[in-house]
Amino acid sequence: MKRTRFVLTIVVLIASLLLAACAQQLTAAPEEAAAQEVTALIGFTASQTGSYNVESTRQINGLNLWMNQVNDAGGIKLADGSVVKFESKFYDDESNKDRVQELYTRLSTEDNANFLISPYSSGLTDAAAVIAEQYGKVMITTGAASDSTYQKGYTLVFQTYTPASKYLTGAADLLAATDPSVKKIAIVHENDKFSTDVSTALNDYALSKGYEVVIFEGYDPGTADFAAFINKIGETAPDAIMGGGHFQDGSTFAKQIFEKNVPVKFLALLVAPPEPTFVELGDAALGVIGPSQWEPLANFDAEAASSAGMAWFGASSQEFTAAYTAAYNEEPSYHAAGGYISGLLLQQAIETAGSLETQAVKTALENIDALTFFGHVKFDTTPENHGLQVGHSMVYIQWQKSGDVLAKQVVWPAEGASAQTVYPIR
Amino acid sequence: MQFLAFLIDGLLIGFVYGIAAMGLTLIWGVMNVINLAHGPIIALGSFGVYLLFTNIGMNPYLALVVVAVLGLLLGMLMYLIAIQRVIDAPHLSTLLATFAINMIIIGIGTAIFTTTPRTVNFSLGSISAGPITILGTRVVAALASILVTGGLYLFLYRTTLGKYVRAVANNRAAAELMGIPSRRILALSFGIGTMLAAISGSLIATFFPFTILSGGVYELKSFVIGVLGGLGNPLGALAGGLILGLLEGVIPAFVTTSWVPVFEFGLFIIILLVRPTGLFGAKK
Repeated sequence: MKRTRFVLTIVVLIASLLLAACAQQLTAAPEEAAAQEVTALIGFTASQTGSYNVESTRQINGLNLWMNQVNDAGGIKLADGSVVKFESKFYDDESNKDRVQELYTRLSTEDNANFLISPYSSGLTDAAAVIAEQYGKVMITTGAASDSTYQKGYTLVFQTYTPASKYLTGAADLLAATDPSVKKIAIVHENDKFSTDVSTALNDYALSKGYEVVIFEGYDPGTADFAAFINKIGETAPDAIMGGGHFQDGSTFAKQIFEKNVPVKFLALLVAPPEPTFVELGDAALGVIGPSQWEPLANFDAEAASSAGMAWFGASSQEFTAAYTAAYNEEPSYHAAGGYISGLLLQQAIETAGSLETQAVKTALENIDALTFFGHVKFDTTPENHGLQVGHSMVYIQWQKSGDVLAKQVVWPAEGASAQTVYPIR
Repeated sequence: MQFLAFLIDGLLIGFVYGIAAMGLTLIWGVMNVINLAHGPIIALGSFGVYLLFTNIGMNPYLALVVVAVLGLLLGMLMYLIAIQRVIDAPHLSTLLATFAINMIIIGIGTAIFTTTPRTVNFSLGSISAGPITILGTRVVAALASILVTGGLYLFLYRTTLGKYVRAVANNRAAAELMGIPSRRILALSFGIGTMLAAISGSLIATFFPFTILSGGVYELKSFVIGVLGGLGNPLGALAGGLILGLLEGVIPAFVTTSWVPVFEFGLFIIILLVRPTGLFGAKK
C-alpha cells in the first residue's frame, strides 16, 4: 500500500513537472514572438496653436504619412532579426520656445523616445537641439534652416533643409543669369533668427558678386503695415528686392509692393511664395519668386539618381506627391516633404545600422550621401559644422500666368526649370 | 515729395489705429474693464467680411454693416455670460474673464480657419503722384473712421442713452440712484466697444491679409492710444491713433524701423508720467 502511494506520488510529481514545463513553454512562446517586434518611439512637438500652426501641421502630416507607410509595409528588420515598427508621441508647443525645451525634456526623460524630430522653425529647433544633445538622442531637424544650430558642437543633430546661408543666394544667381546689367538690390527682412541669417548670408554673397546693396534693413515680426518701409525702399530705387520672413509678413509685403506700384523688376521673398494659398493675392502674386526646399514639379527619382551616379532610397517625388494628396486631399508643400524626409532619413539610418542604438544610427546618418525624392542629402561631419546639410539645394519658383490662371513654375536652377523666368515683373 | 508719402501713409493708417482703439478705450473708460479679447474680435471682424465677400460676393462695405450689428450682439452676449458676474470683483477677475474669451476665440478660430493668412481680394484702385500712391480702400477706411467717431461722439453727448453711458462711467452708484439701469447700460457699452473692434477689423480686411492672431498688434497699439487720447473719449482715441500712425509713418524716414517701438513706447511712458489722464481729457 505504502509502495503504491509512493509510486503514485512520484507519478504525480513527474506529471506536475511535465505540466509546468509545458506551461512555461506555452508562456515563453509569445515572449519570443514579442521579442521579434520592437516599437521605436519618435518624439516631437507640433505647433498646433500659435503662429507656426500651418507649416507645422503640414510637416507633421508628412512625418505621419512616412510612419504609416513603414508600419503598413511591416516595419524595418534589424540585424538581430527583430522588426521595428514606429509610434509617435507629441505635444503642442504653442509655437513657443520655452514650451519646446520643457516638452523635449519630457519626451527624452519621461516618455523615453528613441529618436526625436525637431519642431517647425529655426528658433524652436535651436531650443530643442540642446535638449536632444543633452539627453543623447538623435534628432533629425526639419522646417529649420539656420546654420548656427550646427555650429555649437552638437553631434546628434542632423539637418534636412538647405541651410539659411544658401537659402536665397540662388536668387542672386538667377538675377545675374536673367539680367547681368542689374546692380542695385534692396535686401529687407523680418527681424527673427531665420530671416536675419538668410538675409545676412545673401548680403555677403551679393556683395561678393559685385551687387550694390542699396538698403539692408529688418522689420518687426508683427509688422502689418509696410507703407512707410516701402516708401523708404522706394527712395533707394532698387532694381530688385529680396528678403522677407514668414508667410503673413511676406504675403502682406508682396501685396503692398504691388498696390504701391513700386517699379521693381525682380522680387524674391522667403517662405510665402511657394505656399499654395499665396495665389489668393491675385495679381499681386504675379512674378513673385520664392525659394522652396522642394516642389512637386521637381522630378527626383531612381532613374535621375542612376544617371547622376548617386545612391538612391525611398519613394520618388511622384509617388510621395500621389500618396500625400490621397491622404490629405491637398498637394504637399515643402513643409510636408520636410516632415516625410525626416522620417525617411531615420529609416535609412536604422536599416543601415541594423540597430536602434544611438551611436550606430548616428554613424549611419553621417555616411548618408544619396539622392531622395527631396533631392540630394549629405551631412557635414566636421566638428565645426556637424550635422549641417551640405548636399541639398533650393529650387526657385515663380508665380506665372497660364491663360487667366496663376500657377507656380520652377525657374531655377536652369536644369530643373519648368518655364522661363518672367522678367521684368513691373 | 517723398516725405509727403511717409506723412500721408502714416495718417491713413492712423485712422485705422484710432478706430481700432476706440472700442478698447470705451470699455476701459466706462466699465474699468481691460478687454483682452479686443484683438481676436478685431480678427473676427476681418473674418466676417472675408466670409461674406468670398462666399456670397457681398460688397465689403455692406458686409461691414452686417459685421457691426453682429459685433454689437456678440459683445452684449459676452458681457451677459462672462463679464456681468465679475464686474464688481477685483480687476484681476475681469482681466482673466476677458483673457478666457480671448483664448476661446483664438482656439476656435485656429481650429476653423487655421493660421493661414486670408485676403479679401478687393480693390478701389489708387491715385499716384510721383512717389505718393494712395489706395482707395485706405481713403474709405479713413472716411469710415471719421464717420464712426462722429457718430459715437453724437451718441455719447447728444442722446439720452449716451448720457446714461457717461453717467455710469462717471459714477455708477449715483447713476443707479437716479434710476439709470446700469446693468443694461454696461451691456450696451460692452456691445458698442465690441462693435467698434469688429468695424475696425472689417476695414483692415480690405487692405491687409490677416489671421485669427492678427488683432494682437492692434490691441497692443490700442493700449498706447488709450493712454495718449484718454479713456472713453472717441475723439481722443482718433487723435491718439493719428499720432501713433504719424510716428510709424515718419520715423522710418530718418532711422531704421526697429526704432519705431522705442519712440512709441517712450512716448507712452512720458505721457503716463506727465499727463496720466491722456492728452485729450479723460474720464475723471
